[in-house]
Amino acid sequence: MIPAGYFLVHLWLIPLFPLATAALMLIIGKRLPKAGVSLLCVGSVGLSFIYAAGAVLQLLAAEPEHRVAQQILFEWLTPGPMQMTGGRAIQFVADWGFLLDPLSCVMVLVVTGVGFLIHVYSVGYMGHEGGYYRFFGYMNLFMFAMLTLVLANNMLLMFVGWEGVGLCSYLLIGFYFLKKSASDAGKKAFIVNRIGDAGFILGILLTAVTLGAIRFTSQGLPDAEGASGILQALKAAVDTHALANGAPVLTGIALLLFVGAMGKSAQIPLYVWLPDAMEGPTPVSALIHAATMVTAGVYMVARMNAVYQLAPFAMDVVAVVGATTAIFAASMALVQNDIKKVLAYSTISQLGYMFLALGVGAFAAGIFHLMTHAFFKALLFLGAGSVIHAMSGEQDIRKMGGLWEKIPITAKTFAVATLAIAGIFPFAGFFSKDEILGQAFDRFFFLWIVGFITAGMTAFYMFRLLFLTFFGYSRADEHVEKHIHESPPAMTVPLMILAALSIIGGWIGWPGSLGGENRFERFLEPVLAGVLTETGAVKIAHHALAKEIFLMVASLAIAGGGIWLAYQFYRTKRFAPELVAAKWPKVYQLLLHKYFVDEIYDAAVVDRTKDLGTLLGRFDANVIDGVGVNGAGWLARFGSTLSMWWDKWIIDGLLNFSAKMMQLFSYPVRLLQTGLFSSYAMLILAGLVVLLVYYGHHVQVLLRSVR
Amino acid sequence: MLPIGHYLFLSLALFIIGVIGVVTRRNVIVVLMSIELILNAVNINLVAFSRLYGDVAGQVFALFIIADAAAEAAVGLGIIIAFFRNRETVLADEMDLLKW
Repeated sequence: MIPAGYFLVHLWLIPLFPLATAALMLIIGKRLPKAGVSLLCVGSVGLSFIYAAGAVLQLLAAEPEHRVAQQILFEWLTPGPMQMTGGRAIQFVADWGFLLDPLSCVMVLVVTGVGFLIHVYSVGYMGHEGGYYRFFGYMNLFMFAMLTLVLANNMLLMFVGWEGVGLCSYLLIGFYFLKKSASDAGKKAFIVNRIGDAGFILGILLTAVTLGAIRFTSQGLPDAEGASGILQALKAAVDTHALANGAPVLTGIALLLFVGAMGKSAQIPLYVWLPDAMEGPTPVSALIHAATMVTAGVYMVARMNAVYQLAPFAMDVVAVVGATTAIFAASMALVQNDIKKVLAYSTISQLGYMFLALGVGAFAAGIFHLMTHAFFKALLFLGAGSVIHAMSGEQDIRKMGGLWEKIPITAKTFAVATLAIAGIFPFAGFFSKDEILGQAFDRFFFLWIVGFITAGMTAFYMFRLLFLTFFGYSRADEHVEKHIHESPPAMTVPLMILAALSIIGGWIGWPGSLGGENRFERFLEPVLAGVLTETGAVKIAHHALAKEIFLMVASLAIAGGGIWLAYQFYRTKRFAPELVAAKWPKVYQLLLHKYFVDEIYDAAVVDRTKDLGTLLGRFDANVIDGVGVNGAGWLARFGSTLSMWWDKWIIDGLLNFSAKMMQLFSYPVRLLQTGLFSSYAMLILAGLVVLLVYYGHHVQVLLRSVR
Repeated sequence: MLPIGHYLFLSLALFIIGVIGVVTRRNVIVVLMSIELILNAVNINLVAFSRLYGDVAGQVFALFIIADAAAEAAVGLGIIIAFFRNRETVLADEMDLLKW
């Protein structure tokens, strides 16, 4: 049989399976048959799920406080000296290592489990699409990056996964890259995420210089004492009073990391990319933009909970941003007409809930909602995909209706997910949402009201979607009507499994007030304890039983109210939505145009950036090219002109001058040199005569002596 | 025997004729011939003094000069012919290649 601890020492295989098939797909995928692509890609994710499940089971065998498996594959960045703030020099090290503790257990099971189901679904959904191998290659690459993110044992490796999922998100949003809106949406997602990522990397750097470690914990390592971990460093700093509760630097780290989470998890003000991301294929929306990637921010904040618990101000910021996002996105979901857009805003809203939970210190509740949300939101998206599949690509819910009988499996599973997200007992969403609202009630009453109202809005817009899509008369075009058909088993089986999970998935966190023991929270407790030994400022509150029951009844009541309102609007037609829209046209327009946030961003940021680009272009053309390049050219020409002038007039001039002078002074001499030998002879003769005359006396004497 | 003065006068006359020829004539051949006259004027001097003093060395010297004049004529005429082939002239005032 499988030896004890086998899966725990083979953690590294979990992300490796999808990476291997992703590489295979992107290199030779084009030449593989479709069946081969499906088998390899779905199979590798299935294998990852098996290994993940095995590892979790083996981890569960240990005592709760020893449920940490950490494994360092190799030293990634070799140790180098680094100076911390305060001047202490340490060895900075980043390793390529994996960490499995209760928190990453939840994540790895959600990612591989839901991921596997979505992969199976994709086989059916993407069967008729071009670029089949490319789709699965990117999907598997995404699985690799996401698993690296959740299994990383240090912040830097987590950042690798973080960027990897961002890249795959970009590639998959722009999967239909010939469509301009799709490629634009991909770019938008990438660029908006960059802003968040800048915060994340700054947070990592600040952590490194403050705590001297980026490894989350040294637990589970062979030399746990010698190895440095954030948790241990934080504990030491608090024990020695080097860092107090609420120290500015910890607040700084927490806020910077939260900026990263805002980008990835689509929180105000960086949520704008998520609705546009619906341009990608529907399984992508389910996997990346609902179940896994967008929850990475929630996971990261929960992972760094020790820091957050020491930064109450940052916690408040997280809670306020989360609650604001929840109600803001829910209000936009009320009026959207695109089935996927409703779900996108719903996702943003639910992510807001998770951050609300994190912000009020209910980390376990946030992760709990993350898990249940992964189930029902993946189901909603896959169901929407199945509807779109049946409707020959139609996404507008105004052109649907009456689908309940025609696509029964999709409709029933969709209804289950809708009940789950609305928070109806005993579906999964009830437990997680109630947990969050219960925690918020004590800690931040105003935010509880916000979350409470959002719960009602959620129920309303989800049932609006359900009623418009599946009930009433069909408003589809005739030729679409004829082709409506239930999806193949590859699509419906994952829907049914997810529906089952959406019902029972919440029971794991059955609260104490209803006779359960909230095993989920108990399971996560060792990871989320923080470093404060005494009951700190942020601690999970325990209510009186009556109050808890009251809160549950209240949230059920408001969910029921939302459903009732939706029923009146869209089934009995007691109220007409058109009349309401006409009565408050400004509010309706504001919601329909999503508060004009895209327009405001365009005007405030995008256009200003373009202006800056134009300005810089002009600066380049005029100043750099004009003054700089052309100026340098002019200067060189001017210099060479000067140099030429010097050469011509001074250097050559001196030479010519000496030659001219030579010419001038040689003039009389030249006159003598006629070139005619007769004149030379004449001169010789003249010379002779002069000599004779001059020495005539001597000649006379000579002649006389001769005689 | 005629007094030496006559020989000297003849020699002087010949020399002056030669010099005038060299200086004034344009034709190089005539100039060459005039040079012969000058040489012969010298020869007459040499022979005359040889006779006067009874010393034969003067006559020997004159013989050398005749031989030299023959060689000179040969070389000179050769140069003139070569020059004529190049420039088609034998006029001295057209031979000014050495002029600056």
